[in-house]
Amino acid sequence: MANLRELSRKGELLTGGHRACAGCGAPVAVRQVLKAVDTPVVVGCATGCLEVTTTIYPYSAWNVPFIHSAFENVAATVSGIEAAYRSLKRQGKIQRDIQFVAFGGDGGTYDIGFQSLSGAMERGHDMVYICYDNQAYMNTGIQRSSATPRGAATTTSPAGRVITAGKTQYRKDLTAVMAAHDIPYVAQTTIGHWNDLITKVRKAFEVEGPAFVNILTPCRLGWQIDPADSIEICRKAVDTCFWPLYEVENGVWKITLKPREKKPITEWLRPQGRFRHLFKPGNEKLIEEIQADVDRRWEMLQKRCEVGG
Amino acid sequence: MNTGEKDWDKKGWKDVPIAGLITEPGTARRYKTGEWRTHRPVWDPEKCINCLLCWIYCPDSAIQVKDGKVVGIDLEHCKGCGICAHECPSKVRAINMVLESEAEAEDGEKVKEETMREGEEGEKERKEERKGEGGNEK
Amino acid sequence: MAGSLEQETVKFVAMTGNEAVAEAMRQINPDVVAAYPITPQTEIVQIFSTFVADGLVKTEFVTVESEHSAMSATIGAAAAGARAMTATSSQGFALMWEMLYIAAGLRLPIVMPVVNRALSSPINIHCDHSDTMGARDSGWIQIFSENAQEAYDNLIQAVRIAESRDVLLPAMVCMDGFIVSHGMESVKLLMDEEVRGFIGEYEPAYSLLDVDHPITVGALDFADWYFEHKRQEAAAEAPVAEVVLKVGEEYGKLTGRSYGLFEAYRLDDAEVAVVALGSTAGTAKAVVDELRQKGVRAGLLKIRLYRPFPKDAIVRALSGVKAIAVLDRSDTFSTMGGPVFIDIKASMYDLMHGEHGEHGEHDAHGAQDAREARDMQGPRIVNYIYGLGGRDIDLEQIRKVYERLQAIVATGETGEPVSYLGVRE
Repeated sequence: MANLRELSRKGELLTGGHRACAGCGAPVAVRQVLKAVDTPVVVGCATGCLEVTTTIYPYSAWNVPFIHSAFENVAATVSGIEAAYRSLKRQGKIQRDIQFVAFGGDGGTYDIGFQSLSGAMERGHDMVYICYDNQAYMNTGIQRSSATPRGAATTTSPAGRVITAGKTQYRKDLTAVMAAHDIPYVAQTTIGHWNDLITKVRKAFEVEGPAFVNILTPCRLGWQIDPADSIEICRKAVDTCFWPLYEVENGVWKITLKPREKKPITEWLRPQGRFRHLFKPGNEKLIEEIQADVDRRWEMLQKRCEVGG
Repeated sequence: MNTGEKDWDKKGWKDVPIAGLITEPGTARRYKTGEWRTHRPVWDPEKCINCLLCWIYCPDSAIQVKDGKVVGIDLEHCKGCGICAHECPSKVRAINMVLESEAEAEDGEKVKEETMREGEEGEKERKEERKGEGGNEK
Repeated sequence: MAGSLEQETVKFVAMTGNEAVAEAMRQINPDVVAAYPITPQTEIVQIFSTFVADGLVKTEFVTVESEHSAMSATIGAAAAGARAMTATSSQGFALMWEMLYIAAGLRLPIVMPVVNRALSSPINIHCDHSDTMGARDSGWIQIFSENAQEAYDNLIQAVRIAESRDVLLPAMVCMDGFIVSHGMESVKLLMDEEVRGFIGEYEPAYSLLDVDHPITVGALDFADWYFEHKRQEAAAEAPVAEVVLKVGEEYGKLTGRSYGLFEAYRLDDAEVAVVALGSTAGTAKAVVDELRQKGVRAGLLKIRLYRPFPKDAIVRALSGVKAIAVLDRSDTFSTMGGPVFIDIKASMYDLMHGEHGEHGEHDAHGAQDAREARDMQGPRIVNYIYGLGGRDIDLEQIRKVYERLQAIVATGETGEPVSYLGVRE
């Protein structure tokens, strides 16, 4: 269990003065992730909001070595850094212990960077991959990704007169896909559950070999919420079982926080402007379907946890 | 730009580091995003229980903490998102959001100076701690 | 002296271009290699894998899942202070495209053998230069090799060139797919310690692993900085030719095989000349010898350093020639001919207008040259696009090229500027 007072004694590895929107979840994710590691860390970042807002030349918000090279390749880039580290350490040219972390948004992770992520995990590089999942291409102005949930309106899946649903497809369950890579550690958390997040990221850094942590990270612009609600909305995602908190450690599935009472999905949907159209007359069935999908996935997860744990 | 740096002050291509590198860490501190703010968090040290939830959830590293206690808010970088006020436990409410224009008009330079001073020096005398450990999740 | 040195240290081995390149990589012994197999480069990856498996190199070998990741991992490794290499061909090279520009922009001295192969569509595994020619503006140094010996020698020299503090740019060493990569030749190898001594210990210009001095690599530039950074990158190209010459001369002292920016073959008094790169130059040399025996003043200019383009030296070497045929093993599909043709023509503009000289300087003598150059209107230049997708080019075809050049000199009529050589009409 992490302790905030202890954590606060560590220096800030991400400074203020970055250009993320007020209330953006991404820097919150980064701050919490970097609080979880005590050894020096090298950061790689995919193209996206986080990279763009934190490294506007000549202003870098990073107090750690940082590299960005392209959108789809942060896992490959960091695997090269980690390979260099192993090589130079073996040759005695480096003595320090160093950890490696890659940050990518959902676009850079679920979609365009998926191949490079899968490859890096399969090769077994000792690195932590963090997906800050805000459920759409926010940097280019809110376009749908394979992480966008069914029913969300984005600029490329708008709620129209004929297609009234917004995005018609369900989201890809990337955390489960990464678990299928059979790597030492996979977990899912949110920035609104700092203790859960830091505990998981610590484990991710501690294991030898690759680890993947999928962090639900609100985008107040794309989700159309009040910036002050960016943390609150995460709790709704977990309480409705839309985004269960769980981990897969050496193949053992475990729910890390079970809501005392499973709330109806509307509690997650209603506060977000991107789901506003779902509450118009005629879309009742859509909400029922979304609820049924959440229920089905939650049941499946619980079964996996029973079997695994 | 609000950094006082003008195009004609900037270095030419012969004088910048190679490869577009930023060779100094954390230079973003020099960029003052506090100007974006429409609402200002006003922190009440009398009410604060130092649970540090505001600190861990701040996107802009703007909650200033010293020796495990909140000592102020970095208004040079705080964008006024209101997460700190929202996440402050409902029974505590040590941070309130006020309109930036009103805060400036009412308190003038006083508020700004005080908050800045507290941010730099840390609080001196505080009432007894109400809670020992760091914050817990809601 | 050189003879006895050779006997002591130099090995003669029958090997293919791929084997020679893999052997050079073993001797370079990079910290990291990240590579993906593709015909006709595959052997390099396979052979290097056996070096890794047998513990013959200190290299961390990253068996990436694509060429895009190969270049990305190589960039990551190089930015972490490692001497890093990869190798590719054709479609794999095309998949790296995005990252090529980034490697150059980040000033990472990555060295990459490229086994030249045609680009799809239609898919074709055989040689032409369309893969690397397409990346001629990526900021990479491009060195072309005529045979396996040159591929071996060029790869070792490329490490020194790329890593030179005056340069710090990535370099690709090109050799013709199958023709060189799979053709068996007698290759003179250096001893391991000679290679190690020649390339020296790598001292990176910056490293992400220097955790006590954190740097930000790959920051976002707006319009207020991008231009300065790209201007600086352009300036890094300027000293390359000089470094190539210096390294080539030093390599000559070590091996007896000196290298320049290009090879001028019987060009001094030539009236007609062919410009070519890669293995075709070998074929053209045979034709030049034939013609010389018949009293024809024929010559050849084989480009070695193609990027950055050593314009001034090439113009000087070709200034006395009356008719030139540029052989291009790729097309630009611009109706303007092949890429080398376009470069040579652009360079010759300076000759016509008196702007060529040691460093493009103007002086009284230069002005005099310019007037003379204008009077003679410079050489006539024609282009042949040939050998696409591995189509053979033979002696007879090159003879015809020289015949045409002689006709141009005799009649003053240039005719069609761009022709396709060896294609069925």
